[in-house]
Amino acid sequence: MRDIRLQVMWNRLLSVVEEQARALVRTAFSTSAREAGDISAGVFDLEGRMLAQAVTGTPGHVNSMARSVVHFLREFPVETMKPGDHFITNDPWKGTGHLYDIVITSPAFHDGKLVALFSCTTHVVDIGGLGQSPDGRQVYHEGLFIPLLPLVRGGVWDESLLRMVRANVREAVQVEGDIHALVACNLIGERRLSAMMEEHGIADLDELGAHIIERSRAGMEAAIRALPQGSWDGHMRIDGYDAPIDLRARVTIAGDHVAVDYAGTSAASSYGINCPICYTEAYTAFGVKCIVAPTIPNNAGTLDAIRVTAPEGTIVNALHPAAVNARSTIGHMLPDVVYGALHQCIPGRVPAEGTSNLWNLKLGAGHGMTGTGGGGTPFMVTTFHSGGAGARPRQDGLSATPFPSGVRNVPVEITETIAPVVVWTKELRPDSGGAGRQRGGLGQVMEVEHRHGAPFGIFATFERVHYPARGREGGLPGAAGRLSLADGTVLKGKGFQVIPAGGRLVVEMPGGGGYGPPEERDPAAAERDAAAGLVAKPLMQLLDK
Amino acid sequence: MLRLAVDIGGTFTDLVLEEDGQSWSTKLLTTPAAPEQAVLDGTRRILALAGRQPAQLGLVVHGTTLATNALIERKGARTALVTTEGFRDSIEIAWEHRFEQYDIHMERPEPLVPRPWRRGVPERVAADGAVLKPLDEAALRAIAEDFRRDGIEAVAICFLHSFTHEAHERRAAEILAEALPGVGLSLSCEVAPEIREYERASTTIANAYVQPLMAGYLGRLESGLREAGIVAPLLLMMSSGGVTTVETARRYPVRLVESGPAGGAILAQAVAAECGLDRAVAFDMGGTTAKLTLLDGLELQRSRQFEVARAYRFVQGSGIPVRIPVIELVEIGAGGGSIARRDALGRIQVGPDSAGSVPGPACYGNGGTEPTVTDADAALGRLDPARFAGGSIPLHLDRAEAALTGLGTDAAAGVAEIVDETMASAARVHAVENGKDTAERTLIAFGGAAPLHAARLARKLGMARVVVPVGAGVGSAHGFLRAPIAYEVVRTRHMRLDALDAAALEALFAAMRAEAEAVVRLGAPAEELVETRTGFMRYRGQGHEIAVPIATLDSAALRAGFDAAYAALFGRTIPRLEVEALTWTLALATIRPLPSPIADPPPRPAPAPAAWRMVLDPATGLREEAALHERTALAPGMALAGPALIVEDATTTVVPRGASARVNALGQLVLEIAP
Repeated sequence: MRDIRLQVMWNRLLSVVEEQARALVRTAFSTSAREAGDISAGVFDLEGRMLAQAVTGTPGHVNSMARSVVHFLREFPVETMKPGDHFITNDPWKGTGHLYDIVITSPAFHDGKLVALFSCTTHVVDIGGLGQSPDGRQVYHEGLFIPLLPLVRGGVWDESLLRMVRANVREAVQVEGDIHALVACNLIGERRLSAMMEEHGIADLDELGAHIIERSRAGMEAAIRALPQGSWDGHMRIDGYDAPIDLRARVTIAGDHVAVDYAGTSAASSYGINCPICYTEAYTAFGVKCIVAPTIPNNAGTLDAIRVTAPEGTIVNALHPAAVNARSTIGHMLPDVVYGALHQCIPGRVPAEGTSNLWNLKLGAGHGMTGTGGGGTPFMVTTFHSGGAGARPRQDGLSATPFPSGVRNVPVEITETIAPVVVWTKELRPDSGGAGRQRGGLGQVMEVEHRHGAPFGIFATFERVHYPARGREGGLPGAAGRLSLADGTVLKGKGFQVIPAGGRLVVEMPGGGGYGPPEERDPAAAERDAAAGLVAKPLMQLLDK
Repeated sequence: MLRLAVDIGGTFTDLVLEEDGQSWSTKLLTTPAAPEQAVLDGTRRILALAGRQPAQLGLVVHGTTLATNALIERKGARTALVTTEGFRDSIEIAWEHRFEQYDIHMERPEPLVPRPWRRGVPERVAADGAVLKPLDEAALRAIAEDFRRDGIEAVAICFLHSFTHEAHERRAAEILAEALPGVGLSLSCEVAPEIREYERASTTIANAYVQPLMAGYLGRLESGLREAGIVAPLLLMMSSGGVTTVETARRYPVRLVESGPAGGAILAQAVAAECGLDRAVAFDMGGTTAKLTLLDGLELQRSRQFEVARAYRFVQGSGIPVRIPVIELVEIGAGGGSIARRDALGRIQVGPDSAGSVPGPACYGNGGTEPTVTDADAALGRLDPARFAGGSIPLHLDRAEAALTGLGTDAAAGVAEIVDETMASAARVHAVENGKDTAERTLIAFGGAAPLHAARLARKLGMARVVVPVGAGVGSAHGFLRAPIAYEVVRTRHMRLDALDAAALEALFAAMRAEAEAVVRLGAPAEELVETRTGFMRYRGQGHEIAVPIATLDSAALRAGFDAAYAALFGRTIPRLEVEALTWTLALATIRPLPSPIADPPPRPAPAPAAWRMVLDPATGLREEAALHERTALAPGMALAGPALIVEDATTTVVPRGASARVNALGQLVLEIAP
């Protein structure tokens, strides 16, 4: 019965963090938080080891938030923590990778005794600086940097800190609202945890925490030991901001853990697409876990089993003061690199390369962006979109679907209601999925104009424009992405650019790579694709390429 | 008045007949090929049982899973979609998301309309209603020709921003009606005039997809009833918890999905009123799923978002979204037939896959070998093998135990604890999403498996009381007879509260009232009606709207209403932020007074137990003798202490040690559970 009791409490702990996360999604302001679930919530033991984490929209917080609690504890030792304390940071290197993510960590008390820590994070609406741009050269350009600081002490808020935040961000009320939501989210966690401990008559989480970590570690170890042991190398070249970037990973399966080392990867960029190591670790661990142990819940036991290293100064271990705002541009590509290595170790288990990088449209107009007069109403709007995902070993790739990110789109009707834009087309992009026994997922085409013909700008952070997603086992690459104007002018995949008055932006999103030789495709599936108009070119033409 | 309720479920068709406080019930196997068969057979049978004539019937209320099943089994009409050029794939692209983060093998549901039958027409309306491109009628006629050639049976029309500007959809419908006589047309500006193109198209397509099937069925049912000599009006139960006429059901069949659970919720509402419960949770647990609904101040939680046919472990996002008025409930893949197993970490997992009725749980002896929740209940000693389902299914305890052996030690207790914990978690998360709490509520348990698990579930949710109503096995049908004749109309009209156009809004509500009244009056020509107005609002910049009840249409009153609703949900307001409204609804219903609270009957001693059984309590791991009582032997005022089992044909109520049970004046079981 002891075992069952511990399992019940483990489930309850997962439910506690899930409740915490749902409350946060419902109250958050930024598009990425509420539509894309770009938030995270977890409960930790007093050494900062994560015991449970909510399954939320983006894996970027998977272990970056987990690690952040240790940084808080180093700065604010547990013995100094009091009821009503909450601590804050958005340090990209100690939090979750860029200034937009605010992390709040709070001690949780039960019967007057400190029993756990709750931590949560969300992507706020604005953090000052250049805004959503990847064009920053140093983190100093990217906005307000909040070091590890007390935010609330014994229930008393640090008003000076809040004033400082308000004065440095464009949407002060909403950002402050998000900070309040984060604190409230941890309070929900504390309350629920206390009720659970009361019901089960436990005074601390020692036994439960040890059980969770031990069980999970053993599960991960069993899964890893079932794989061939050894080292394999993966390499992928991607567009980069101003020069191509080589991403190299050596994946080593060694008994109780998987090690991923990024030695040989290109140096950090002078633009804001760099990854702090915490974010590199998050996406790497996510990619490995999807293949090796997808059903084991995240906690310290599972995180320890995936060890990520990278030489300092590479783009995947960029150091302060590198610009990091669009760190997801690189982070999202990492599972594909790891899969290139894993495929050699366990053929038939990993998908082909996909678009991976999100093709979000970050559009805006206003003073200093699109001119100083006659530019119409200023606006900023972000919508989330995806190209095609890679074909799976036995299934076609998903069309217009993110991987590894887990975001969700914004309806066109909503976008058009809140911003002066007209989306003329949003449709699957025929022939963009890489041919193969299993076809890569299709990208999509979007065409956007200003509602009143005024100029507007795009903050582009697009990958797979020069280097498309490659197929596997003879599968062909997906189509490259393309950013242009309807008049034929080609735009760059990265950086802020203006669509002139009356112009129409055409965004052709990339397709995913195919899997297996195209000639082995099931004729019925090929016929279905042709009838649906998803594949217009005859197969032979593709093979001639 | 003699009134009949008929609920067609997946396995059984339930019938309840009521007259002046008297009631009769019966159950038949559903006849999927011609569902009206079981309805007509059952009607004859129940009338005979009650000794009444068909002509004496004053009302027939009907709910059916037919529309839901057609969507789940993909057995609807050959349906096409006409949409704005450039948007034919909205329905396939859906939310562009993966609903299961870690599963690289995940698939999204196939759209109900395959791509060749999704056709874009040149036309475009802007968000403010301005026409950017007129409707290309010639192009539409050419498309209609293709549809005719392909034998299309139903067409959904969904243009961008049609909730603001209906003319293009209406003109398109005229052209299609002319070109394709006999083909059913569903217009998004009628079926779901609400912002968000994917959800609106999905709802409209679902309506078109089930319409021919439902129209045929309703026609056959009507004539069958007439031939049987029944002249009473026929009303259909909707997912909103209201009933409507056949005519409306034929036009908007998508509103009929999930009517069974809505009936259950209505019954729970009546029980809550009888027992004077201000805060309750309705808990319905059957063979494959469990459903939980929150009740506050006798009000049912309502919503406009629902997903039919969730194909992936009941995960949110894996089904077909429909925007219709529904009673908000959380559905979990946890029922008597749910299969238990151990995962890679050695943890017990229960469901969501179910052994169904064939082969069913191992203890049925019909060839099932995988351990289920019912097997665990049997092994714990909770079920009398000779009395299960009224004795119609003799249970094989040895097979239950053999199936559970594979799960290791304490398996039966483990399965029961995990399934209860799973339901408790879902209920808590559901509550927090609605800004509520489960603690200190009363659990109203019905459905075959609920009374077995109710006491433990209540304890896990911080509740001290459980009510098990009479006739819990046919709860939904009982609820049908208590539902008002009702209709809800929705419109999207984006407005900032600080720039509110009250006159325009008043005109909008007047139009909505007229539309709703036209529908409701068909079934209730002269009755008094109650109108409920709601605005769906948010702080500018947010992505989710919250429902705000509307009393007066002025800016300050709406803001105050929003603040109150927001504070109730999230515990705070943000004073300096602007508020905007996107969507408005108007619900019109006949008044169905809820029953008054009943008085406690004088206490009477309970009879001696009919027998004793060894039961294992999963909460403590202790095995001890429990008193066995026949529910029929317990009269109002009688009370007993746990451990006990109260057995009836359709279910068994478990009274654990430390809890007590009493019978109230209406024969309902009331369990008090020690905290």
